[in-house]
Amino acid sequence: MVDTPRLTRAVDGRLLGGVAAGLARHLGVDPVVVRLAFIALSVGGIGVAVYTALFFFVPKEEAHTQEEGRDGALRKGRDVSQLLAYIGLGVGLGTLFLVFGGVFDPLLWFVVFGALGATILWQQANPAQRDEWMSTTVRHAGSKALMRTGAGVLLIVVGVIGFLVFQQQLQDARAGLTFAFTLLAGISLVVAPWIIGLIRDRDQERRERIRNAERAELAAHIHDSVLHTLTLIQRRAEDPREVQRLARVQERALRSWLYQRPADAETTVSPGLERVAAEVEEEHGVPIEVVCVGDCPLDDALGAMLRAAREAMVNASKYAGCDTLSVFGEVDQEEVLVFVRDRGAGFDLDEVPEDRMGVRGSIIGRMERHGGSARIRTAPGEGTEVQLRMPRIPQY
Amino acid sequence: MLDRVQDVADESTRFSDGDAVPRVVIVDDHRLFRSGVRGELGDAVEVVGEAGDVDGAVRVIGEQLPDLVLLDVHLPGGGGVEVLRRVLAQHPQIRFLALSVSDAAEDVIGVVRGGARGYVTKTISGRDLAQAIVRVADGDAVFSPRLAGFVLDAFSATDAPPVDPELDRLTQREREVLRHIARGYAYKEVAKELFISVKTVETHVSSVLRKLQLSNRHELSRWATARRLV
Repeated sequence: MVDTPRLTRAVDGRLLGGVAAGLARHLGVDPVVVRLAFIALSVGGIGVAVYTALFFFVPKEEAHTQEEGRDGALRKGRDVSQLLAYIGLGVGLGTLFLVFGGVFDPLLWFVVFGALGATILWQQANPAQRDEWMSTTVRHAGSKALMRTGAGVLLIVVGVIGFLVFQQQLQDARAGLTFAFTLLAGISLVVAPWIIGLIRDRDQERRERIRNAERAELAAHIHDSVLHTLTLIQRRAEDPREVQRLARVQERALRSWLYQRPADAETTVSPGLERVAAEVEEEHGVPIEVVCVGDCPLDDALGAMLRAAREAMVNASKYAGCDTLSVFGEVDQEEVLVFVRDRGAGFDLDEVPEDRMGVRGSIIGRMERHGGSARIRTAPGEGTEVQLRMPRIPQY
Repeated sequence: MLDRVQDVADESTRFSDGDAVPRVVIVDDHRLFRSGVRGELGDAVEVVGEAGDVDGAVRVIGEQLPDLVLLDVHLPGGGGVEVLRRVLAQHPQIRFLALSVSDAAEDVIGVVRGGARGYVTKTISGRDLAQAIVRVADGDAVFSPRLAGFVLDAFSATDAPPVDPELDRLTQREREVLRHIARGYAYKEVAKELFISVKTVETHVSSVLRKLQLSNRHELSRWATARRLV
């Protein structure tokens, strides 16, 4: 359920005193409806009184904070042309009353019907077309738009025919109407293919434009990234490690651009692990293959786990002397597991030098401080696997 | 280089024409890549044909009837899946190993469900590729760590009850094997780790492959399309 706003006099989007806009907001309808109602009532005589009363008794809306920024500031100014249109409408209706003398003259209503239909059609045409010309996405006219057009046409037809009937002119006009219809039909037949052709051309042109825009974007991207990297690679051709690093970095960048990975690397485990691996890989030049099963939001403990995993990857990159690392992350109901494995030199756990004990401390110690655990499996010549395990805090 | 290959291709292995090495057709739309693979594979396999698009592939495979086809996922004319569909309809005995730069889920799952018996990425080393080829040509399945990860993911998303428990669920042992593969273990290392034989590991992987190909659980397809990413 949406809250109904209190009845206040609007500041934003008001034309006169903000009564109509405020009332419209309160009732949840378009302000145009309220304004037209006021004008209709005014022509009957009572509208002006009601408006004045409401103006004095309804409190003014509290000043908005500048939340809408420039947009809001623009809208605060009253739209003079709209105001003029409403005044014109009011005066016009008044004149009609003077001419036809009273609300109950059916002629008046047919004229109003016709005018209303025409208005709907014109309103329909303008913003819709403007949008179409401006927008770059191909979109189809909604059924709502079709319905509105239909309603507009119907109103005009009813208005015109009714007017003629009540003026007793239909009989006289029949011959003329037949002539007019025939002429219209003929012209439509002649012009229709041309118009359809025009519309097709326009669609075609629009599609072409979209395609060109995409191509330009792609070209720009390739130029900025891929071509640049290829140049670097040619210059560094004598340094295979650097070449490989460049190629991997570019590959990752291109992939993430092509598949539009969501930018939520800071909030869940799987992208977080991939990001960490990418960073280590960029720094140390050893390719890291990341596979992750399942995902969950990061919390403090899991953040620490990612840092420990990072430490393990850095170690493996530095000391294992192998050409790839495998990282596997698994998120299940109770716990999160991360394995960092290399097929490198391995080492004897009992003979770890002191300086590397510190690094090991920053893996094992870090995990244990956050309620997890770490195991290191290694032997000389067998490679190393660091296994990290962190229980998940239930997210209730 | 050959020692690891021979781990797999034991004495009893003989391919279609009595050779000890499998006859292979390479299907990829990049000529450079085809010749690169040819060079890397050396004499571990006998390359009997190449093709660069779907129609060419179907023709060459039909003529040569190789033991194995190295199949690129993205091909002009319908992609690797189309080659699988047209060739397997006539020659169900031919085995396919998919090879791709893409590790997008729907590509991987797509070709495996289309009938490929394995999936490796193009960054694979020549030695590992030769090994994978021999393994697939021998009738086993080859899962890259990434594919193992996909499969675990796809089969663990169990919000709906399985329609056919035989096909829609992995056994504890199969999950265990897949997890090791995802961690970067070779079959031999998995076997050592789990105290089973390499043959048993191969059996488990083949059984997972069968489930992956035959299971109708809609999670598989839904999951692959929903997660366009790795």
